[in-house]
Amino acid sequence: MGRTLSLDVERRFAAGPVVRARVELPLQGGLVTVLFGPSGSGKTTVLRLLAGLDRPDAGEIRMAGETWADAATGAFVPPQRRGVGLLFQDHALFPHLTVAGNVAFGLSATPRAERAARVREVAQRMGIAELLDRRPAALSGGQRQRAALARALAPRPRLLLLDEPLSALDAPTRERLRGELRALLESSGVPAIVVTHDRTEALALGDRMVVLAQGGVRQVGPVHEVFSAPADVEVARIVGTENVLPGRIAAREGGLATVLAGAVVLVGVDPGGLEGEAYACVRAEDVVLEDAAPHGSSAQNRLPGVVVARLEEGPLVRVAVDCGARLVALVTRRSADALALVPGRAVVARVKAPSVRIVPRAPAAGG
Amino acid sequence: MDLQALRLSLWLATLTTLALVLLGLPLAHWLATTRSRLRFAVEAVVALPIVLPPTVLGFYLLVGLAPRTAAGRGFEALLGHPFPFSFAGLLVASVLYSLPFAVQPFAAALSGVDRRLVEAAHTLGASPLATFFRVTLPLAWHGVLAGAVLAFAHTLGEFGVVLMVGGNVPGETRTLSIALFEQVEALDYAAANRTAAFLLAASFLVLVAVHALQQRRFPRWDAR
Repeated sequence: MGRTLSLDVERRFAAGPVVRARVELPLQGGLVTVLFGPSGSGKTTVLRLLAGLDRPDAGEIRMAGETWADAATGAFVPPQRRGVGLLFQDHALFPHLTVAGNVAFGLSATPRAERAARVREVAQRMGIAELLDRRPAALSGGQRQRAALARALAPRPRLLLLDEPLSALDAPTRERLRGELRALLESSGVPAIVVTHDRTEALALGDRMVVLAQGGVRQVGPVHEVFSAPADVEVARIVGTENVLPGRIAAREGGLATVLAGAVVLVGVDPGGLEGEAYACVRAEDVVLEDAAPHGSSAQNRLPGVVVARLEEGPLVRVAVDCGARLVALVTRRSADALALVPGRAVVARVKAPSVRIVPRAPAAGG
Repeated sequence: MDLQALRLSLWLATLTTLALVLLGLPLAHWLATTRSRLRFAVEAVVALPIVLPPTVLGFYLLVGLAPRTAAGRGFEALLGHPFPFSFAGLLVASVLYSLPFAVQPFAAALSGVDRRLVEAAHTLGASPLATFFRVTLPLAWHGVLAGAVLAFAHTLGEFGVVLMVGGNVPGETRTLSIALFEQVEALDYAAANRTAAFLLAASFLVLVAVHALQQRRFPRWDAR
């Protein structure tokens, strides 16, 4: 399944900015790439170019050696022949068809008996088998999303594109579906590209992340790496100053969960209902640095370490501490000077449990 | 009432409506989706019969399709008789005259269909034509039906253009509205009254139907 999607495109809008994107993405079944960027950065434009709904004004798109679009030669593969499943932000289910009709829509070339079997199979996998006779208007937000996913997956696409998949849902549903969607994408066996501007969504869904800003792609890498080590100031501003430590939930007790991230043990508020792999996220301004001496290191969320880097940012100083994992703290210049925070200095990094946000990577059931 | 005229009127209205659905739907679809700058010009041409006196349209048709013109010879070669004072000529004139009454509701209904549904159909492998029949038309049927009903009613009641290109040939071009005119001319007010009452009732019922259709967007599908 080792295919590559390569994209080097430009699209101009009459009254808007120019969207540019240049990136090479290896695609594997079940691998989720997050296209992350602020609004106006052209994420959705890139998605539409990939789906074949728009043509690039310059540049080309190649998928596994096949040219999908080339502005120089005018070559263009229409959406019908790309084998791409697209999930719209508001799901765009056909209101005049039942769920079964929606899921079967892309299977019109398939013989009738085979089509019915495929609809049942996909519906089963998406957990909507009992909803097949309903109209979209009679579905909840989460059911609509699964129906839309089933519709996109039924014709066995080579690539799945999702445009802000959770933004059309209300907040409680969104919380619940994040983990579920990740598991569905993983089990689909189809490489997926998810567009989002939501950090939690990016963390929960993505394996790899492409940061898009005005002017083009700024950084590509594993999600937690991009969050923890932004390539430049602009990426840092886009993704936020956040420590993201990959780990796993080791224990849950009294509404708190303990995450083991390498040598670091962090206690945070239990996100509920989930276990296994998780990210522990701490904003840099929530990390307090103290003298290593006075307290024992056994207390909760007290991480002894050594300063490895110091970066001045106006009135603030960004200090990287190696506590077994790399943790970035944002402190005032005054306290940085008072503590003499220079590389090599031993310190204790302290984080309050409510400041540790735990983002589960997979639901307890199904992986 | 002049039953022959009634039959003729209904037949003319039926054929005109059919022709308008066949010709008007593609035209309306083009108007609803195009980004061409020609759109405004085409829209204006389609809307012309609303403001133009029917006699003007009739006059130009008579001149344009006169037996000596190329179009007139083509018409005669195709149908075996000249354009003026024939039922076929009347049909051509009716289609042009009722064009806006069909195409405008068609275009409004078609452009009311969510563009993303069309795009979703494309990514699911449906050709533009298949998408039109499987997604766009089923979602716009109320507007298409309203347009067809309106075109039918408008054809039923047309007068000026019929008089110009059709004259008053019984069984060929004498429609209800022409018959009414004649009944009044002959001072046969009882017959005129029946004809007028019929046209009034028919028009009223049609407008009730059109308004009811426009109130209900996909009623059978969204309600459960």
